[in-house]
Amino acid sequence: MIRVDGQGNGKSLIQVRGLSKTYRRGGEEIQVLQRLNLDVDKGDFVGFMGPSGSGKTTLLNLLGGLDVPTQGSITVDGDEITHMSGSKLTKWRARHVGFIFQMYNLIPVLTAYQNVELPLLLTKLSGSERRKHVETALSVVGLTDRMNHYPRQLSGGQEQRVTIARAIVSDPTFLLCDEPTGDLDRKSADEIMALIEELVAKHGKTVLMVTHDPVVAARAHTTLHLEKGVLVEASKVEQGVVAGGVA
Amino acid sequence: MKFRSLIFANLFRKKIRLILTIGSFAIALVLFTFLAVVNRAFNRGIDIAGADRLVIVSRVGLMQVMPVSYGDQVRAIPGVKYVTHDHWFGGVYQDEKNFFPQFVIDPENHRKVYPEFVVPDDQWNTFVKDQQGAIAGAKTAKRFGWKVGDRIPIKNTLYGPTKTWEFNLDGIYHTEKPDGDEGQFWLQWKNFDENIPDSIKDRMKSTAGWYILKLDSPDDSVRVAKAIDTKFANSSYETKTETESAFAAGFAKQFGNIEFLILSVGSVVFFTLLLVTGNTMAISVRERTAELAVLKAIGVTDGSILFLVLAESVMIALFGGVLGLLLAWAAIPVISAAVTGLLPPLLLSKTMLSLGLVFAVLVGVVSGLLPGIGAMRMRVVNALRRV
Repeated sequence: MIRVDGQGNGKSLIQVRGLSKTYRRGGEEIQVLQRLNLDVDKGDFVGFMGPSGSGKTTLLNLLGGLDVPTQGSITVDGDEITHMSGSKLTKWRARHVGFIFQMYNLIPVLTAYQNVELPLLLTKLSGSERRKHVETALSVVGLTDRMNHYPRQLSGGQEQRVTIARAIVSDPTFLLCDEPTGDLDRKSADEIMALIEELVAKHGKTVLMVTHDPVVAARAHTTLHLEKGVLVEASKVEQGVVAGGVA
Repeated sequence: MKFRSLIFANLFRKKIRLILTIGSFAIALVLFTFLAVVNRAFNRGIDIAGADRLVIVSRVGLMQVMPVSYGDQVRAIPGVKYVTHDHWFGGVYQDEKNFFPQFVIDPENHRKVYPEFVVPDDQWNTFVKDQQGAIAGAKTAKRFGWKVGDRIPIKNTLYGPTKTWEFNLDGIYHTEKPDGDEGQFWLQWKNFDENIPDSIKDRMKSTAGWYILKLDSPDDSVRVAKAIDTKFANSSYETKTETESAFAAGFAKQFGNIEFLILSVGSVVFFTLLLVTGNTMAISVRERTAELAVLKAIGVTDGSILFLVLAESVMIALFGGVLGLLLAWAAIPVISAAVTGLLPPLLLSKTMLSLGLVFAVLVGVVSGLLPGIGAMRMRVVNALRRV
């Protein structure tokens, strides 16, 4: 169940409490997120929508341990990440987060196979174990036959599939998708969303996704709206979201 | 090394840039190696000098002679084991460009003072008995195709009117020290002394150009040197006694401050290399900001990011270094042959090759350090925002 009122039962996979983020630009303070609460259970698929500058990506960065909040806490699977040191956070990311970016961000000089293998190079898996994992991930995204292709030899949709394979290869606790279809045509976007839905439904993945596209957002179990750093509404109340946003 | 494929893939990402960087690195390293070899050539005498040998020259200068009778007086000083004396002959074999150093030696003691110069006993005995005899270093003999028994004519203009002296090549010496000098040519002092032209007989007869003495112990060098110079102080031929290495260093300085010159040019080469490689790495890292950010996002540690950048710059430096050293290894013997007579023999030793490689790695590490630290400190959020 997804809640934004800070009244979760404490057993959620992701618990966000009183999360604020302020940037200082010149002499001016810009409050991007204001005392957010969020509870996301395992297997949930949440979409974040909102206009540019509303803090969607900032929230995603904070949840992924790429940035640190000004105030508040984030607990993932029992680990409070907001007070972790930089190096601890890096290790935590490797174990718990799978990133899917809008621009794919594949390494152009590595093949699809090598790109997907990258997160596994940080583990103690042997070469043959890594191969097994990479082949499984590529088969999930339907690109086994393209594993030796370089990104430039793949279409945009295929590149995003490789990114998804890279994100799931180490079996992370949750996936963070930042505009995963933002650079794709409608057909490819549909295919990617179908794949993400399959990851949630079939493989039990927890997905948090930022998007501008209402069609894409509608594929999520729940859509939360961020406006000027505040969670102002939840679209699928029937799923159990409690509206509000500011605790 | 799990990131091997990534390092190599990044390295060959821009092939033309890689080739140009490696090429400039290699050429700079050839120049650097050449300078080091020249410096070494000028200082070789210092390095191979015996720690237990002193050299006595006239206080007035190296071209001033001293009485040959000084030998016996020096030998009487406690701590002196053997004494021998030399003269500079300075002749020309066939053509001036065929330069090689020729010394008038005292056969009786030369071998005792310089045990590292090895001459077969039978050849040495022939030389001692043959007043017109000569011994050539193996390198010089090879250079001119001489063999034992050959008659070597050498024209001399240094002592009186021009005269051609003829010598019998009685032997060939080798050296036991690595980098030892096998280019000398020795002739007998007795022959020289008896054939000094009349015009200079009054100042050259029964003289020595310099003395070399072997000590019982290197610890005696300061005391013995002082004793010798005190003994001949206020005489017509005052002396200046110093260790063989100090003498060799002073001799090398006659050519100017070669070391300073080489160090200056070498430093310029070093910093140019740093800039070339550092610039390549800085551009390369800047082009890959997003990729590095993604690597950090998926959990690659800051240390590993620094390692990736350093590994790449060290690889460039190693490729350039090895290529440069190979070029230097091929070119230096050719250059050495071309400048024979103008410069001492240029030798590229294994030590120097190893040092060249260490130098290349050092340049690689230093030039990759700044871009590497920049990549390491880069904030993922900022880097991804720039994409």
